[in-house]
Amino acid sequence: MSLRGENLLTLAGVSREAILEVLDTAESFVEVNQRTIKKVPALKGRVVASLFFEESTRTRLSFETAAKRLGADVVSLAVASSSVKKGESLRDTIATIDALGLDAVVLRHKSSGAALQVSRYVPHVRVINAGDGLHQHPTQGLLDVFTVRQILAERQGVQGAETGGELFAGLRVLIVGDIRHSRVARSDIAAYTALGAEVRVAAPGTLLPSDLTGWPVTVVEDFEEALQWADVVGLLRLQNERGTGSFVPTLDEFTFTHGLTEERVALLRPSTIILHPGPMNRGVEIDSRVADLERSYMTRQVANGVPVRMAVLYLSVAGTKELA
Amino acid sequence: MTNDVPRQDRERGLAFFAKSQLLSADDVARAMKRMAHEIIERNQGVESLRVVGLQRGGVAIAERLAALLTDISSSPVEASALDVSFYRDDIGVNPLKESSSTTVHGDLASKTVVLVDDVLFTGRTIRAALQALTDWGRPAAVQLAVLVDRGHRELPIRPDFVGKNLPTSRTEQVRATLDGVWLGERSDA
Amino acid sequence: MTYLIRGGTVVGPTGTTVADVLIRDGIIAEVGPGLDATGATVIDASGCWVGPAFVDLHTHLREPGREAAEDVASGARAGALGGYGALVAMPNTEPALDSVALVSYVLAQGAKTALDIAVAGAITVGRQGTHLAPMAELASLGVRLFTDDGNGVQNPLVMRRAMEYAAPLGVRLAQHCEDEFLAAGGVMNEGPLSARLGLVGRPALAEELMVLRDIEILRLVGGKLHFLHLSTARSLAMVSAARREGLDVTAEVTPHHITLSDEACAEFDPQFKVHPPLRGVDDVAALRAALTTGVIDAVATDHAPHTPELKDLPFDEAPAGMLGLEHAAALTFEALGPSPDPVTFFSLLSRGPARVAQLRASDDRVGLSAHGASMVAGEDANVVIFDPTVQWRGDKNALASRATNTPYDGRALVGKVRTTIVKGRLVVHEGALQ
Repeated sequence: MSLRGENLLTLAGVSREAILEVLDTAESFVEVNQRTIKKVPALKGRVVASLFFEESTRTRLSFETAAKRLGADVVSLAVASSSVKKGESLRDTIATIDALGLDAVVLRHKSSGAALQVSRYVPHVRVINAGDGLHQHPTQGLLDVFTVRQILAERQGVQGAETGGELFAGLRVLIVGDIRHSRVARSDIAAYTALGAEVRVAAPGTLLPSDLTGWPVTVVEDFEEALQWADVVGLLRLQNERGTGSFVPTLDEFTFTHGLTEERVALLRPSTIILHPGPMNRGVEIDSRVADLERSYMTRQVANGVPVRMAVLYLSVAGTKELA
Repeated sequence: MTNDVPRQDRERGLAFFAKSQLLSADDVARAMKRMAHEIIERNQGVESLRVVGLQRGGVAIAERLAALLTDISSSPVEASALDVSFYRDDIGVNPLKESSSTTVHGDLASKTVVLVDDVLFTGRTIRAALQALTDWGRPAAVQLAVLVDRGHRELPIRPDFVGKNLPTSRTEQVRATLDGVWLGERSDA
Repeated sequence: MTYLIRGGTVVGPTGTTVADVLIRDGIIAEVGPGLDATGATVIDASGCWVGPAFVDLHTHLREPGREAAEDVASGARAGALGGYGALVAMPNTEPALDSVALVSYVLAQGAKTALDIAVAGAITVGRQGTHLAPMAELASLGVRLFTDDGNGVQNPLVMRRAMEYAAPLGVRLAQHCEDEFLAAGGVMNEGPLSARLGLVGRPALAEELMVLRDIEILRLVGGKLHFLHLSTARSLAMVSAARREGLDVTAEVTPHHITLSDEACAEFDPQFKVHPPLRGVDDVAALRAALTTGVIDAVATDHAPHTPELKDLPFDEAPAGMLGLEHAAALTFEALGPSPDPVTFFSLLSRGPARVAQLRASDDRVGLSAHGASMVAGEDANVVIFDPTVQWRGDKNALASRATNTPYDGRALVGKVRTTIVKGRLVVHEGALQ
């Protein structure tokens, strides 16, 4: 099982081998991103459309940079200026852009399942899910595990690709925050568990999924104890609207129960890695000073976003489907 | 001879089956020594030479060549590794090659780059390598050293230094490493 | 016109017999073996079930207001092909059927079709859930069922008043049980799948809580209550218990809730979006098992047409609802298990709903013929011939309905309506409209 020639709609059910292939390929692109000329002709002549129906400057730029560094032409559609606002259906929007001759579309949409839906409209186009509603954000999951592998391999003085997936065996990952509404959490959980890590989740009762049957995670009862257990602490952004009393009484209350404060950071083991998909709500899920610690690798995550997305686009668009 | 098959080929159940061995490890060692002397002679020393091995088959050969050049000239010569999978002209047509690492030591601009590969066949990999090299600046010159030239060029590419010229048929497979050179065929294992 | 339906298995209320049925001047003239065919058009029914034409308690005909999706005429055609002789039109049209003028309009449109179209009036004005609609006036037009379907009446005081008002009128209130606070924002069944897919769920509790509430209000004030499209085992259990205590509670299930589970939503296809949502496999199994225990009075389609562009929206934006008239019989046949009992089949599709809708010969109807026949001489000739051996496939492009939002496109089906006779007229024969 591989991403070659396939859409990337979800990490649920994606095999360990397929994930490692993306990580290993991404490592080659890290090197490309360090050159003076950060460009290879692998996707020259291909057209990649970036369709962001939900605002997100950083992810969109990351994808567009990735596509351009692969030599592709990028067609960019940000929703505010598009005809979608005038009531054009998703199907018609895709068809209009496809008429220009598309090889791939990177899609972010507020509806869970939108990427799968679009893939049905244009089966000849590779669809990369950049975040669909609450469902999945596969490239975030991939760049998170890539970052963890990179850091752990560095500490051992080796290249991540040399380690394969060994570094994840039994790795202790704690994901904290609004799991219920987080596509990043769903993708992270899929990626970490596929690679063999043990995942625990910590959240206020209203921010856990309504039904955890079949989820390969354990719900933590003692947050502080879990912090001491974890090798990796993955924080999730708490959206402001959740803290207005319907899910969580106030943002302050969330910080009180589940914020990564300076006091809580002192509980972490020295080697524990802190991650956050961004953008951070400083002072809510993470203390401002904690965000700037060396063990908080958010800037590394952002930097890794481009090579990981290059790997995804390269394998998906340039790859040919495996023969059965 | 299946342990040297690239992982993706192994995973796809492809294996290399040797039919005959054409060069022994000693033959290869002699050929490499000769090539090293030729390179030094042609370039009047190793000053401003950069040895770059192509992933994957050319890297070990480049490292051995660099070691030989270092011995003979008593001047340190390092081998770099170049992965050209992103420059290939058959992307989207043939299955993607597994990507590997690129480590380029030092600046290549205004240097003489000796590209090293195991087998020269259609010449397309070398064309990709030439394109890749230009992303590191403008070398003063590029020379090509290969362990085996098996003919069937599809582009106007010719090697400067050859370990062995080996006429083959298109469908035959050649495996060339520091341990020897074999003629064989690929089959579904 | 005179028709002789020959050699079919005639299905009565308690048993079956192989016999001929002679239909003349809109009446079943005679039922018996070897009847004389002189002057009659013979319809061969050998190998088929012959019984009372079906009655749908729950159809959305969309007229007035959303005729692009369906209207009374196209809905009636779809019903006829599905074996229906009578449809009860739901009042969540635009505007809602909460007045004499609007109900009369739909009844008049219905009178132009070959079927009997009855109307369910709204319980509250505009279906807003606050003020009672003029139920007595509407009852004088023949309305016997009242519902705010599309939504349930959220305020328990309003529901109590409605029941108190309706009881002496002899009409039945029907409830779409979903507590809007608990179900808020939900688009599919709340369960492991909704959590995995990142779709907000509608919990079973939203339905069950309202079932519980309305049974208690019924116990307090009396009257007749019908539960629309029940979808969980617990809901049925509560209905069972209420019946045992002598309360007049009836219940329907839809063909989709007995053949599809929430797993169908795994690919985010809005064709499977419906309220109440498709439930987990355990509830589906419990509903199927309950079809033969008597707790379920009727299979009702909740036929809900939507224009294609609306069902093409992302899952959370698309409207809920699926078509049902043309596949209900086959799906009921399938859900009744490996050897479906014809008596139960006609009880669920015809006799049960005829009783709930008060369309039987013994009921006080206005301008509509009698349905749910026992298949004896003298009854109104609303008859269907169902072939239980036909193997066919759902085809969304081959429907008489104006809309195409069926979840059964491409699905293998067994059992098909061959002939539908309504008020003695041949409306569908050999699977085609006449």
